[in-house]
Amino acid sequence: MTRILPPRRTFADREDLLGAVMLGPALAYVILLVGVPFAFAIALGFSNATAGSLSFGWAGLDNYVAILGDPIFLRALRNSVVVTVGSQVLVVVLATAAAQVFRATFRGKRFARFVLLLPWAVPVSLAAIAWTWIFDSTFSVINWTLKAAGLLHGWLYWLGDPALALLAIIIVQAWRIFPFATVIVLAGLSSIPQEIVEAAIVDGAGFWRRLFRVELPLLLPVVAVAVLFGVVYTATDLGVVYILTGGGPANTTHVLPTLAFQRGILGADLGQGAAIAVFLLPFLIVVAIGMLRLAHRTEVGGTR
Amino acid sequence: MAGIEIRSLTKHFGDLHAVDGVDLSIRDGEFLVLLGSSGSGKTTLLRMIAGLERPTSGEIHIGDQRVDGDVPPRARGIAMVFQSYALYPHRTVFQNIAFPLEASRTPRKQIEEKVRWAAEMFSVALCRALVRDPKVFLLDEPLANLDAKLRNTARDDLKRFQRQIQTTTVYVTHDQVEAMGLGDRIVVMEHGKVRQIGTPQEVYEDPVDTFVATFVGQPPMNLLDTGDPSLPPRTLTGFRPEHFLPKSVFGTAEELHTFRFAVRRVEYLGSDRYVYGSVAGGAPAADATIIAKLPATIALAIPEGETHEFAVPRRALRYFDPDTGLRRKG
Repeated sequence: MTRILPPRRTFADREDLLGAVMLGPALAYVILLVGVPFAFAIALGFSNATAGSLSFGWAGLDNYVAILGDPIFLRALRNSVVVTVGSQVLVVVLATAAAQVFRATFRGKRFARFVLLLPWAVPVSLAAIAWTWIFDSTFSVINWTLKAAGLLHGWLYWLGDPALALLAIIIVQAWRIFPFATVIVLAGLSSIPQEIVEAAIVDGAGFWRRLFRVELPLLLPVVAVAVLFGVVYTATDLGVVYILTGGGPANTTHVLPTLAFQRGILGADLGQGAAIAVFLLPFLIVVAIGMLRLAHRTEVGGTR
Repeated sequence: MAGIEIRSLTKHFGDLHAVDGVDLSIRDGEFLVLLGSSGSGKTTLLRMIAGLERPTSGEIHIGDQRVDGDVPPRARGIAMVFQSYALYPHRTVFQNIAFPLEASRTPRKQIEEKVRWAAEMFSVALCRALVRDPKVFLLDEPLANLDAKLRNTARDDLKRFQRQIQTTTVYVTHDQVEAMGLGDRIVVMEHGKVRQIGTPQEVYEDPVDTFVATFVGQPPMNLLDTGDPSLPPRTLTGFRPEHFLPKSVFGTAEELHTFRFAVRRVEYLGSDRYVYGSVAGGAPAADATIIAKLPATIALAIPEGETHEFAVPRRALRYFDPDTGLRRKG
């Protein structure tokens, strides 16, 4: 005999209700912990609120006028752009190269892949502290290595020189994002049909032509997504710069998040801090839309 | 233009002998079809000619050049069409066809002329192969992804294409209709070995063994031990379903071998009728299913469940050794 199932619709049958209930927690999380603070930050940017006071007066565009006239802010804005673009260029090159290496079969590949992913898994603060030692003015392993190899005659004060410090920041940011980008590019590479690569080989294309004319164009949507993630991660990151240079020497290496933290939290000027923090938002949105459209436009719709 | 010489070629993947000692001589301008089921080694053989796979041992000569060693695909003067066509999805039709020319650094103007010349005649995948002026064309099941209707036209296009350019062509397929229709000669492969090389007619009418006899032809050749005392003991007799017809159909001049055919089922297929049954006869293998293929021109009623007098012309009978599967003259 078959078991008689309940004749009425149970809760599990009510897809409308079930959907709402299951979506609820995630929605609440996003609204309460991301949406509200975000809206609050935008509102703060137009206020003269300060830490330690409950007053919340409308200040209009005063905060924005103030920061736009502030050379430290302009420097931080420029640094943000330089660090983001510089690190992502480095990431794309390194990730593409690393993906080519990891596509080959070799002994210890699994271990190498595990090691590759480490920078991605290590907490930012921990990694940044390790890097402060690597760039240390006395103990810098880079300097000692270069010296031992006979390539360095003077001495590099990595975190003491504004240009070198910025380069150090770019290196660390690239180091942090690049494993993730490699994994994405690797996945993209394996999605290119083997026959297309072989067709290119038979058609007489060498390694570089295959890379630049066949593989990279087909990888473009995937690389665009990787870069988009990288841009967002780098442009919004506080930890690396804060630990590595603290914005120094003499406020020359601030990026927007560190400057916002310094002005808004340490300096108690919540309004100006918020204005600095959300300043990049419109640009990031434009970048995000542009990259997603690029990814969509070049997407390979079925290779057959 | 060039012929291809293949000498005792093998390819091992670990313990698997994908291609196991193949000798093949492909004439200049010939359309040769490699026919076999999946795993027969036909694609591996093609890929070795292309240079996408390195032989374990043996020799490949294209024209007067030996290529099995370190000669990369681009230097072999070959062009290949893949099963998926392997078109570059991010490139336009023009850019697809132009790709091999760009790779060989052909001047822009010449590329344009050539692409236009090719594009007037053939599909993109063929064009991309054509513009290189290859000595040899390699095609890996290029029609496999087409639906049945398109396949006929595409087959015709392909044959016309090859006739026109007269380039040596090696074509891989598991479809015997394609093989019969396209090939000047067919190479039937199984388990990495060549079973038979011959024109479509030779392969169909004079199969060298029971494998070829049953692999080529649809429905396959009937094989049974008739127990005929005039034959050496233990002999498999083979005949094509279209030669197995009601006795009354044949004229009196024809020398016939008559069977009592117990009809189990009749399948009406429009242009043909397939009649399934078994023949009454001595040997134990005789109860195997035998198929007769009656053209629509034979209107004779064949009731199911009854026994009928069927016959095969003696000239259409083929004899095989049941142990080795090899053909016996008789």
